[in-house]
Amino acid sequence: MSEDKKTVLYETHVDLGAKMAPFGGYIMPIQYTGIVKEHEATRKEATLFDTCHMGEFYLSGPNALADLEKLITCTLSTLENGQCRYGMLCNEQGGVIDDLLTYRIAEEDFMLVVNAGTQDNDFEWIKARLSADTQIENRSAETAKIDLQGPASPKMMNAILDEEISDLRYFRFKHTTYKGETIIVSRTGYTGEVGFEIYAPNKLAETFWKEAMQQGATCAGLGARDTLRLEIGMPLYGHELSQTRNAAEAGFARSIADDKEFIGSSVICDPEQKKETMIGITLEGRRAAREGDIIQTSDGTAIGTITSGSISPSLGTAIAMGYVPNEYAIEGKEISIQTARKALPAIISSLPIYKDGTARKKLSRFL
Amino acid sequence: MTPSDRRYSETHEWVKIEGDIAIVGITDYAQESLGDITFIELPESDHKVDQEEECGVIESVKAASDLNAPIDGEIVEVNEELDGKPEIVNEDPYEEGWLFKLANYNKEQFEELLDAADYEATHDDDHGE
Repeated sequence: MSEDKKTVLYETHVDLGAKMAPFGGYIMPIQYTGIVKEHEATRKEATLFDTCHMGEFYLSGPNALADLEKLITCTLSTLENGQCRYGMLCNEQGGVIDDLLTYRIAEEDFMLVVNAGTQDNDFEWIKARLSADTQIENRSAETAKIDLQGPASPKMMNAILDEEISDLRYFRFKHTTYKGETIIVSRTGYTGEVGFEIYAPNKLAETFWKEAMQQGATCAGLGARDTLRLEIGMPLYGHELSQTRNAAEAGFARSIADDKEFIGSSVICDPEQKKETMIGITLEGRRAAREGDIIQTSDGTAIGTITSGSISPSLGTAIAMGYVPNEYAIEGKEISIQTARKALPAIISSLPIYKDGTARKKLSRFL
Repeated sequence: MTPSDRRYSETHEWVKIEGDIAIVGITDYAQESLGDITFIELPESDHKVDQEEECGVIESVKAASDLNAPIDGEIVEVNEELDGKPEIVNEDPYEEGWLFKLANYNKEQFEELLDAADYEATHDDDHGE
């Protein structure tokens, strides 16, 4: 086993008293003061997340777009410069190698943002499938990524950055400056709240982190990041998505183009091959279902498996995600979750389970 | 930090004697390790438990953990306050966050539990990590 890597913010987290634990090959902050507090601060105020462990690949060349269209499930040709989109990188069998964001920086220039634990494999997979004149560069090591998320984040960003970013729309990004250096600010995130993902040179990471704290942002860890994404029904690679599960089953129809060929499309776009459906689950009580627990019909027949589960701090009840055969994926249907200890009553919910997120609202409402 | 008026199990429960009753809870180290506690299932009153018997569940955002009886005894009362407010155990594990009370408890087993200093020594290695 190789030793876990540290992000450029490692010392900052330790100095601030975060609880650290391994994730995706890195030693990361799991929580600062408490997952519930950090979760609530994201929904109501603003929080900082260290996401430096994620990977950034830059691609360029006259065939870069065509190459990416073959590799990634979503349509990319319609991306404008300054726009990004969520998609998946799949194998020939339709399984998911990773989920990622594609940023169109210019006509022939793209940035891919990938997960930490998968990035080396992603890089090799992509590089082996590019045209001879498409360049790819892994800039993960020199790029710091910080997420500032929550309704108070737009004001903080305007106070921190050299220029205001008041006009930035959802899933748009721009190059701007911070302390005179070029950074990328993206109106995206993994929390369901209005917020930003910031890509900056490593040397600016700690300064940005501390300045956002001075503006009132709460430091948060991967624990809250997980409960936040679960409430809004976003998949986590290795849980909802894997190499052996057909990408179509996750249900992100918007992220899967049906009018182009890409690696895996013969499986993913064939409705006959989509056997199961990802569902949201709301449990009756606070007792949580956990990954690997069995989803049953109300009369006790096993129909599927939980992929993620936790208390929902926003709703005060336990929630989960999992997969069941298509015919059982009916909203409002009563089910039960067999945990190691007992069967918990639950119902199938629409996704997102938490519906009051601010992510898509206009920035001007928060300024 | 660790109160010296009670004894401790290696599985992070504390036992405090008040008259004929043994009061049981989990330690500050345990609540800190669990993180935000979201649900507690306590044993039924009026039944006997054996030492190390699984008699409840404590769930946090991160995981579910078994609650073990630190000594033999007869459960006579459980802390009903925790039903709606399990976070009391995070806030005050040694007083308001007690879990259940035992009558006719096993005094020999109680005497064999760890004192505060020995209990602290069981997880000293974890400090400074």
